[in-house]
Amino acid sequence: MPVGFTINGKTASVDVDNDTPLLWVVREHLKLTGTKFGCGSGLCGACTVHVDGKAVRSCQTTMGAVAGKAVTTIEGLSPTSSHPLQKAWVAEQVPQCGYCQSGQIMQAAELLAKNKKPTRDQIVAHMDGNICRCGTYPRIVRAIERAARGA
Amino acid sequence: MNEHIKQGSLQESSLTISRRSFMQGAGGLTFAFALSGTLLGRASDAFAAEGAKLNAWVTIGTDDTVTILCPTSEMGQGVLTALPMILAEELDADWSKVKQEFAPGDPKLYGGAHKMFPGAQVTLASVSVPAYWIPLRLAGAQARRVLIDNVAGEWKVPAGELTTDKSKVIHAKSKRSISYGDVAKFAKVPAELPTIAESDLKKRADFKLIGRNDIGRVDVPSKVNGTAKYGIDVQVPGMVYASLLHAPMDGAKAESVNTDEVMKIKGVTRVIPLPFGVAVIGDTVEATRLGRFALKVKWDNSASKAAPFDSEKAFAEYARKAKDPAAEVKEAFKTGEAEKALAGAKRILAATYSSEHTYHAQMEPMNAVAKVADDGQSVELWVGTQVQPLAAAVVAGALKITPDKVKINLQLLGGGFGRRIWPDAPVQAAVLSNILKKPVKLMLTREDDIAAARPRPMTYHSLQAGLDETGNLVGWHHRLVAENVDAVAAPPRFQATGGRDYIGWVGMNQDFYDIPNFKADAIREQRGMRVHAWRGIGAGYNKFVTESFLDEIVAAKGADPVAMRLELTTNHPRAQAVIKAVAEMSDFKKKRPGRGMGIAFSDYHDTLTAGVAEVSVDKATGKIKVHNYWIAIDGGLIIQPDNVNAQLESAIVYALSGALTEELTMKDGAVQQSNFNDYHVMRMSDIPPIHMKVIVTDNPPTGMGEVGIPCVAPAIGNAVAQLTGKRVRHLPMSAERVKKALG
Repeated sequence: MPVGFTINGKTASVDVDNDTPLLWVVREHLKLTGTKFGCGSGLCGACTVHVDGKAVRSCQTTMGAVAGKAVTTIEGLSPTSSHPLQKAWVAEQVPQCGYCQSGQIMQAAELLAKNKKPTRDQIVAHMDGNICRCGTYPRIVRAIERAARGA
Repeated sequence: MNEHIKQGSLQESSLTISRRSFMQGAGGLTFAFALSGTLLGRASDAFAAEGAKLNAWVTIGTDDTVTILCPTSEMGQGVLTALPMILAEELDADWSKVKQEFAPGDPKLYGGAHKMFPGAQVTLASVSVPAYWIPLRLAGAQARRVLIDNVAGEWKVPAGELTTDKSKVIHAKSKRSISYGDVAKFAKVPAELPTIAESDLKKRADFKLIGRNDIGRVDVPSKVNGTAKYGIDVQVPGMVYASLLHAPMDGAKAESVNTDEVMKIKGVTRVIPLPFGVAVIGDTVEATRLGRFALKVKWDNSASKAAPFDSEKAFAEYARKAKDPAAEVKEAFKTGEAEKALAGAKRILAATYSSEHTYHAQMEPMNAVAKVADDGQSVELWVGTQVQPLAAAVVAGALKITPDKVKINLQLLGGGFGRRIWPDAPVQAAVLSNILKKPVKLMLTREDDIAAARPRPMTYHSLQAGLDETGNLVGWHHRLVAENVDAVAAPPRFQATGGRDYIGWVGMNQDFYDIPNFKADAIREQRGMRVHAWRGIGAGYNKFVTESFLDEIVAAKGADPVAMRLELTTNHPRAQAVIKAVAEMSDFKKKRPGRGMGIAFSDYHDTLTAGVAEVSVDKATGKIKVHNYWIAIDGGLIIQPDNVNAQLESAIVYALSGALTEELTMKDGAVQQSNFNDYHVMRMSDIPPIHMKVIVTDNPPTGMGEVGIPCVAPAIGNAVAQLTGKRVRHLPMSAERVKKALG
């Protein structure tokens, strides 16, 4: 039974079991590989996407749960890579290996959508579930602050 | 079961092949690749249509595009920007027109000139910039000379009257200029390329690209919009997926597998037991993952050397070995007569230290896509690897073909840290593709990535220092007991040096401390662990040990930790400069209630660093909190200043993890941890403000990717000791251990 949903504003239908993780549909079926696999257990945040505007771990989100909903991945955050966070990420030269950064940006985008001027403590609390093994944390904080300033 | 590969055969052939490959590399210390006439012969045939390939490194398109090859892999350290920039600097290229591409794995053409790895094409040990600093500048200057000579001939002016800037050749006298792309339209590359000497290269004051803060890393834009491509992102037509229940240790054999049960899962097409684990093949990644987690395998570990290994018991055994007069001891580093000095010392201080195995935890789990030809005689790979030639050699060994039949399409690396030196994933994917005669995309689960860990070795250290009547440090003895990393990760070098463990021993040497009688030696353990290079290699634990013990000496003497380090480095002004700088920027002597301050110094790979940590300790839990960390560094000339800061931050965060929480423990030879729930790495809330001072000098650039590592753990340990009076002598300094130390 195909599962229907929208992805980055387009309707999609994939023929997978309801308990298939959204992550694999996004990455391998739809070839939107910006969303990354890190742990498969909701422990690292590399696979973060938005479902109806809420940041979720796509490795822990089943297709059954996204049926009829709107999924946004890093590829759909901005058609021209010009979301304030993407611009701030470049300005602060955040990424190193870059593997976790799609998840970091999607997690941060949820924060700024509901809190336009987060404090540093609010940023850290919101981002603490996203691991960056390259240790870009100081720059992630700076980039979120920059985006919040509208710089 | 006829596909079942004979146990052990894989590894034996791998080692033979990789040795040959490394020896070839070691013989090729030469810049001939940039000066080779034959290359140019080949290149000049083609350039008329496509532009001029001026040497092996650079091609100038008639559209003004300058394509520069990057010989090493991009894993976040910034080489894809830094190395082409070094060439572009001497070429006087317009940076906005430069395209960066990865060079193929070919050490004869693209090997570096680092003293530790002459002629090798490797991405490790922070050697990319130092290895290519001179060769790429020579190549850039040579390409520039070819352009100038062509214009001189065309315009009939002396070459000496021509200058270059931003991809233009300029003749000021006649007010003419021509773009490099237009030169490429008529340029003839001479049969013998012009010879360039180091003295022909630019002076630092003339640099236009190097050292600038306003040029970003070229890979950054693709890493904020999902377009950056890593090995795990590759799909090729006709491929099948593979997951793997990784063997718990080398030599383990799957005795029984619930194949029938796993085959019932929709989308699973094969279950294949192999020497490295049990593979599940299927049409989708979700099917192979379900299959992997449904596997029930009984392992026969009787042939495995690692089977009896238990981390906790092994520490006690290592400690006994350190004192065993029958143990074979290898001398690592020596100055003067340490034994005599210690025997005659007025006062002897002694301590033992130890450290756990640590896991790389790179964010992209190990993976590869392999496509073996139907006849099994060639293979194409898509993979992120730190050493292309090693991957080619080891894959070739596994398939019993020659390395030239292995084509690697290098991808970005989702973290390396040493883990992606060893090409186990490409070998596994190639073996599977060879069995299935189909392209295979192998992705390890995080659980299997940990089970397949190639950790930093577990270590035990025994130290002695001798003081004379006036308290002068007159003798030092450091003994290390550990598995040898070179024996596992670099067997050719291990054999060539008669059993020296470069990777494991580095950091025991103290080349910038003038201790008159100094000895470091080592006892080798052989426990079947897959030990490997981990960011900062031996310096990660050895500097923890030596810099902590130095502070124990300082405390025993009632001396000052900064003054003592300055005294030991009296003859090394660059070392003194970083120690003074970090003491000053951290206001080291200022009293901070409830906080401890600790300092450490490191000379790892010729980059001088000093670090200071400010800590507090929760006495109830034993948890250390780092409130501030300062680092001062002298790495010579800087290519990308902002990226140096990024690399320092990165290594400091990595080292905080190693210092405070990371431990990979073994029981019955197998890793006990399974994912990020029980292997703890630093998260954003753990990170203190990091304060950096980079001292730029005219000295040749040294490595930057790891140098933030060594000072962190000892600076923290020294700060804890200053605050509490208690010394934690085991890495990681976990809450549990600190609590125990506090009593």
